[in-house]
Amino acid sequence: MTHSLSISGSLRNRLVLTLTGGAAVLALVLFFAIRNYTTQIAQQGQDSILNAAVTSILDAASIRDNIIEVDIPYASFSMLSTQSDDLVFYAIYQDDTFLSGYPELPLTNVTGRASIFQTALYRGETVRLVTAGRVLIGTQKRTQIRVVLAQSQGELADTLRQISRTAALFGAAFFALLVALSYWATSTTIGQLKRLTTSVTRRGPQDLRPFVKPVPTEMAPLVTSLNSLMGRLDHSLSQSEDFIAEAAHRVRTPLATVRSYAEVTLQRVDKEENRQSLRAMIRAIDESSRAAGQLLDHAMITLRSDHLERQDIDLVTLVHEIVLRLTPIAEMKDLELCLHGDSNVAYSGDPVLIQNAVRNLIDNAIKYAPSEGRVDIAISASPRIGISVCDSGHGFPSAEVDTLAVRFKRGTNADGTVGSGLGLTIAIDVAKAHGGDLVLSNRPEGGACALLLL
Amino acid sequence: MKFLLVEDNLELANAITSRMRLDGHVVEHAENLADATAFTLTSEFDLILLDIMLPDGDGRTFLKEHRASRLDTPVIILTARSQVSDRIGSLDLGADDYITKPFDHAELGARCRAVLRRKAGTSQSVIEVGGIVFDAVAGKMAVRGKPVTLRNRELRLLELLLNARGQVFSKQKLSDRLFSYDEDVSENAIEVYIGRLRKHLEPSDLSITTLRGLGYRLDHDA
Repeated sequence: MTHSLSISGSLRNRLVLTLTGGAAVLALVLFFAIRNYTTQIAQQGQDSILNAAVTSILDAASIRDNIIEVDIPYASFSMLSTQSDDLVFYAIYQDDTFLSGYPELPLTNVTGRASIFQTALYRGETVRLVTAGRVLIGTQKRTQIRVVLAQSQGELADTLRQISRTAALFGAAFFALLVALSYWATSTTIGQLKRLTTSVTRRGPQDLRPFVKPVPTEMAPLVTSLNSLMGRLDHSLSQSEDFIAEAAHRVRTPLATVRSYAEVTLQRVDKEENRQSLRAMIRAIDESSRAAGQLLDHAMITLRSDHLERQDIDLVTLVHEIVLRLTPIAEMKDLELCLHGDSNVAYSGDPVLIQNAVRNLIDNAIKYAPSEGRVDIAISASPRIGISVCDSGHGFPSAEVDTLAVRFKRGTNADGTVGSGLGLTIAIDVAKAHGGDLVLSNRPEGGACALLLL
Repeated sequence: MKFLLVEDNLELANAITSRMRLDGHVVEHAENLADATAFTLTSEFDLILLDIMLPDGDGRTFLKEHRASRLDTPVIILTARSQVSDRIGSLDLGADDYITKPFDHAELGARCRAVLRRKAGTSQSVIEVGGIVFDAVAGKMAVRGKPVTLRNRELRLLELLLNARGQVFSKQKLSDRLFSYDEDVSENAIEVYIGRLRKHLEPSDLSITTLRGLGYRLDHDA
């Protein structure tokens, strides 16, 4: 009984995807945050150097006899020299008059000694500009000196590239770490479910005990309902088993009484028609009890086949036990049960099922074989593991060999023989459950042969 | 043979007892485990027939105690269940065999003989008469000291006739005892077995007489 489940996504994939997505976003945020912050710091560094340079230029400016002297100190240029050979531009204004430098540099109004920073495009390059001013007081007038100092940003760009690389590395490492972490977290979480699944699957079909191993809180409701389901199942199974046992007891005991009395009466009665009725009665009792037994056996076999529990067994020992058990019945007909085969044939299967199948086959052979004949039971290990049961009777009616194993079907030569017709069905079901088959044939020298292939 | 039948259903116990007495067996009946234990302590039995479901406990408990007290009387379980697990369980606990209700008394007889033969118990059922020694349990016969091999049906036929010497058995009665009820047997089949037995008994003082229209009778000629 395997039902195909409708699967809606995988819990593991969903968790991994969510966690990885989150990790990617976090890594990106980390990357940009690092880059932004360090860019700001680098910019501040350039600004303070520019500021120092412009201040030293302004400090060097003086007014003497109404002539303004502005000297650009070497120090300020050495301050601005960089490894990337950044270009430096300057412009000096007295009040609004251009004095020296690059007149195209944009001029901003400044008051006091505060410096104003800005970034602009100049001669096709991004430059950082600082504008600062100073009021010089001469003997006759006061005048304002303004200096614009600009520096290209090659060095800064280099630094930024380096920082970006480092930040990207950081982000990637962070991402990898998070992914690993999320995979681990997912595995541990799913692992709990897997462990539960394994312990459910490993259980035999009869094992309906509740789970007692500790489980995480979130899984507790699942396990609780599983346990209660198994509890109910166990209850109803044991109830139906008890019911079957009780029903069998109730039916079989009075049947046994009737049968024994019928036998006693048969010994005492002389009138042929009474004897006939008594014999018919005994036959009917045998038939009903046999049918009931085989129906129960068949139900049990269907149940066990659904959950086949394989066990290592020795087929020779198993068949030998059945032969011993059936020998008294065979002897009543002076039949000889001959067991042929190797000393042992190892096989992995359900012993109860195989026992049932073989018992039914030998039972059939005993029923149909003529008195003082023999039934040959052979166990072969190669080419395929198989158990054959052959009798010395009339054989199967050749037209019916294929239809005989259908449930409740009996051969046309079965008149006067007690049976429910389930024996061969049971044998076939057992063979199929083990991946084998039942092959019926007639021996060339006469007699039916049933080969149970496992 | 002496049997102890442990069975709580009185009707069934009566039926089994009267059927077994027909075969010349002695049967004591215990209704529950307590009675059964009392019986086994006071007298000896060849075989115990034990029901599983009893009013004061499970027959398997009795079986366990019986084995623990080192009594080796063979036990055959009468079970109303046909579940395989139950069968295996009772054999594991030391029952020698089991038979499912309702059962054929011929099969019960066959199983009893098989169990007793396996146990190699001292048979109390050896019959010595008219120059033959007959052991129904071992399935052996010696005529004038010479062992004779009997087939199962010949053996059962001889047992039947020996246990009721001088009594007339009709062909039908004999075939009812020798053949199972689902076998289609012609009445002539019984003549074959009578013929074989006559041959075996030739050297002895026993003979089987044919009473035309009535049946057969075992006579002691001496």
